[in-house]
Amino acid sequence: MKEGQQNLIDFMRQESDKILAQVITHIGLTFTSLIIAILIGLPLGILIARHKPLAVPVLGFAGIIQTIPSIALLGFLIPILGIGAKPAIFALFLYALLPIIRNAYTGITEVDPVITEAAKAMGMTYWQILFKVEFPLAMPVILAGIRTATVINVGVATLASLIAAGGLGEFIFGGISLNNTNMILAGAIPSALLAIIFDFLLSRVQHINFKKARIGRVTTSVAVIIAGLALFYLIPSAYAGKLTAGFTPEFMGRRDGDLGLREKYGLKIHTVVISDAIMYKAAFEKHLDVISGYSTDGRLKAFDLVVLKDDKHIFPPYYAAPIVSDGALKQFPQLEKTLNMLSGKITDSIMTELNYRVDYLHQSPEKVAQDFLIAKQLYQQPRNANNQGTVRIGSKIFGEQYILAAMYAMLIKGYTNYNVSTKTGLGGTKICFDALINNQIDVYPEYTGTGLLVMLQAPPQITDTLVLDKQKVYNYVKQQFKTKYAISWLIPIGFNNAYALMMRKKQAESLNIKTISDLTRYLESK
Amino acid sequence: MIKVENLSKNFGAVNAVDDISFDVAEGEKLILLGTSGCGKTTTLKMINRLIEPTAGKIKVNGESIDQQSPEQLRRGIGYVLQNTGLFPHYTVAENIAVVAQLLRWDKKRIADRIHELMQKLHLPAGYLDVYPNQLSGGQQQRVGLARALMADPPVLLMDEPFGALDPVTRFKIRKEFKDLDELKRKTIVMVTHDVQEAFDLADRICLMDKGRIVQNGTPAELLFKPADDFVIEFLKEQRLQLEFKAVCVSDLWEMLPSISLKEQTANISSHITVWEALEILTAQHKKALSVIRPENKEIKTITFDQLMHTFYQYQNNKTV
Ligand SMILES: Nc1ncnc2c1ncn2[C@@H]1O[C@H](COP(=O)(O)OP(=O)(O)OP(=O)(O)O)[C@@H](O)[C@H]1O
Ligand SMILES: [Mg+2]
Repeated sequence: MKEGQQNLIDFMRQESDKILAQVITHIGLTFTSLIIAILIGLPLGILIARHKPLAVPVLGFAGIIQTIPSIALLGFLIPILGIGAKPAIFALFLYALLPIIRNAYTGITEVDPVITEAAKAMGMTYWQILFKVEFPLAMPVILAGIRTATVINVGVATLASLIAAGGLGEFIFGGISLNNTNMILAGAIPSALLAIIFDFLLSRVQHINFKKARIGRVTTSVAVIIAGLALFYLIPSAYAGKLTAGFTPEFMGRRDGDLGLREKYGLKIHTVVISDAIMYKAAFEKHLDVISGYSTDGRLKAFDLVVLKDDKHIFPPYYAAPIVSDGALKQFPQLEKTLNMLSGKITDSIMTELNYRVDYLHQSPEKVAQDFLIAKQLYQQPRNANNQGTVRIGSKIFGEQYILAAMYAMLIKGYTNYNVSTKTGLGGTKICFDALINNQIDVYPEYTGTGLLVMLQAPPQITDTLVLDKQKVYNYVKQQFKTKYAISWLIPIGFNNAYALMMRKKQAESLNIKTISDLTRYLESK
Repeated sequence: MIKVENLSKNFGAVNAVDDISFDVAEGEKLILLGTSGCGKTTTLKMINRLIEPTAGKIKVNGESIDQQSPEQLRRGIGYVLQNTGLFPHYTVAENIAVVAQLLRWDKKRIADRIHELMQKLHLPAGYLDVYPNQLSGGQQQRVGLARALMADPPVLLMDEPFGALDPVTRFKIRKEFKDLDELKRKTIVMVTHDVQEAFDLADRICLMDKGRIVQNGTPAELLFKPADDFVIEFLKEQRLQLEFKAVCVSDLWEMLPSISLKEQTANISSHITVWEALEILTAQHKKALSVIRPENKEIKTITFDQLMHTFYQYQNNKTV
C-alpha cells in the first residue's frame, strides 16, 4: 500500500505538466458547454414556464437526450461535427440542458402567482415582472440546476478524451486499458476534486442571501467566473502544430507506442487521444494526419491509409496466438489440440480481409468466423453434449479479437464436449491478462510483442537482441510466461498484427514521408 | 370618479360578472359585498385591467380605462391584496417604493414619502430594512397599504385587505384605517364578505349575488329599504348590531328628549353611530352621555335606556 501511494505521488509529479493541461482542458470543456447550456436553457425554461403547452415536449425532448448513453451520443455526433472539442462541447451542452431548463421552468412556475399579480397591479411591465420579481425569486432553484449540470458535465467530460477532445479522461482511459492504477487515479482524483470544488462553490453562491445581495451583482459575478473558466480553455489550442496525431489511450502509455516514438525517434507531434473505434475514420476525414493503428485492421484498406516504416524498430513482431492458463490445459485435455486447429491458417491478408468485413462492412464477428471456418472445412455443428465443464474465452475490445474468440468458441463446441462461455470486450490488454491470471477466463488471443513489452516489460537490452526475429520473440515470451505466470502460448495463428503509424496515402506521398524517421524530420523542418 | 357601465365577464360558461353598473363619487368609499364566488374580485380587477371585461365600459376620472396602457393605468391606481402580495425579496422600504421607482421619482422624494407613510401607519423606522416575512400579519398589511398609497393615487382598490388577519388585529387595523387622513380624500372600492366590516367602512354598499348587483345603497338603505328577500336574508344574522351601526345619534336627534345638564360641556359629536354611543356608555360605566350637535351647538344628555328606546321608535317608523 505504502509503495502504491508513493508511486502515485511520483507518477503525478512526473506527469504534472500533462495533468495540468488535462485539468485546464477539462475545465474548459465543462464550462464552455455550461455557458452555452445556460444561454439556451434559461430562456427556454422561462419560455415554457410562460407557455405551458410547450413544457411537455421541451422537457420530454431534453429528458430523452439525457438518457442517451454518453458514448453513443458522442458517436452520433462524429459524422456531423467531426472529432475534438466541437462534438464534445456539443454533447456536454446537451447533457447540461435538462437540469437547467427543468429548474428554470420549476423556479419560475413556483413563484407565488399572488406575487406576480401584485407586481402587475403595481404597474410593472412584462419584462419588469420577469427580471425584478420572477427571476430573483426563482434564482435559488435555477442555481441548483446549474449546479447539477456542472457536476454532470465534469463527469461526462472524462469521455471527451475518447473523441480527441482531451481532458482528464486521457489518463483514466489510458490507465484502464493498461490497467495502470496510478494513471487511472491521476485522472480520476483531479476530476473528482473538480466536481467537489465546483459543487461546493456553486452551493455557496446558491446560499447567498439573494435578498441582500443585489441580483444583478450576483448574476454578473457568476457569469464572469464561468466565462473566465471557459476562456481558460482557449489557451492551449494555441500550440496546434503542422500535423495532428491521434493515438489510443493504450498506445499513449506503451513503450511500443508514444513513449517509444518520443524516446527513439524524438518525434514531436501535436497529439490527441482518441478511441480506436473512430480513429481510422477521423484520419480519413482529415481530422487527424497520423494515427496509431493495427497493421491487419480492415479499415487500413477501406480508408486508403499507408503504414509508415518502423525504421528504428520500436514495434516488435506481434504474432497472434492463443494463451491458456496451465490449469485450464489440465482441466480440458482436448483444449490445446482444438485451439491449435487454427494455427497457421490465417495470414496477414486473410485477417485484414476478415477485419474489413467486421469493421467496415459491419458484419457480425460470429458470421465472419463461421464463414471462414466453413471455407476452411473446419466447421462442425455443435455437439451439444456439454457435460465436461465450461471453457471461458476472453477477448479484448476490438473486431479481430471478437472474430478469433468466435472461431475458438465454434471449434470447441464442434470438436469437444465442453461448454463455452465468452467474455468478449475486456477493456484493454491488462484487463484481459489479469482476468486470465485470476482465473476469470481460461484463454484469449494475445500478441507476442504485447506480451514482451506490456506484460513482461522486458528491458531494452533484451528487446534489442530480439526485435528483428519473430521466432526469438515467441520463444522468449513462451518461456517467460510459463515460468512467471504458468501460462502457455500455443502455436501462433499465422498473422502479424503489428502496431503501426499510419497516414493517408495521398498526404504521405505528397510530403514524401515513408518512414517514421521521415515524419520526424518533416516535423522538425522549419 | 369611477363609472362602471354594463360590465360583464365570462370565464367560459361561468358568468362571473353579469351586466353590472355602478358609480363611485370622488372621495366615496364603495364596498362590494357578497358571498364567496359572487364576482367581487373579478369586478375589482377589471377596474385596473388585471382582468379584461367581456363586455361593458369602465371610466376612471371621466376617461375610459383603455385609453392608456394597462401599466400606466395601474401606476395611478393603488391596489391592496388580501394576502398582502408583498415582494419577499424586497425590504419594507423597497416594497413601499415600488410604484415610485416605476414612476422614476428621485431618491430624496422617495425617502421622504416613505418616511411620511411609515409614520402615518405607525411603522417604526427600524423596519425599513427588514423583509416582509419578519413582520407580523398586521404590520405586513400596513406595509401593503403604504405601498398602495406611495404615489398618492386618487383611487384605491382593495381586495379583502383585512381578510387574512385575526379578529382582534383586524378590528384594530380597521380603526386605524378609518382614522387615516390620507384615506379620507381617496375614492375607494373595497371588496369584503364581512358584513360588519362593510357597514363599518362603507359610504355605500353594492351587495352582489351570482355576478349581479342585488342592491346598491347606503348601509341604512340596505337595512331599512332592502331590495328583496336576499338582502334581508343576507343581513339577518347581524341585523341588530348593524342597525345600531347604520344609524347615527343625529338621525334620532329630534326624537331624543331635550335634557341637558347645564354644567356639562359636550365634546362628543352627534355624528357618532348609536353603536358607538352605546359602547361609550357601557365601557365607561356612565349613567348618561352628553352629545353636541355640531350644526347648532345644541347639547343633549342621554341615558342608555333613552337611547335604546328612541332607536326602536326610529326603527319602527322606518320599516313601516
Ligand atoms: N381565472 C378564472 N378562470 C375561471 N373562472 C374564474 C376565474 N376567476 C374567477 N372565476 C370564477 O368566477 C366566479 C367569480 O369569482 P371571484 O373571484 O370574482 O369571486 P369573489 O366574489 O371574489 O369570491 P371570494 O369571496 O371567494 O373571493 C367564481 O365562480 C370563480 O370560480
Ligand atoms: Mg375574491
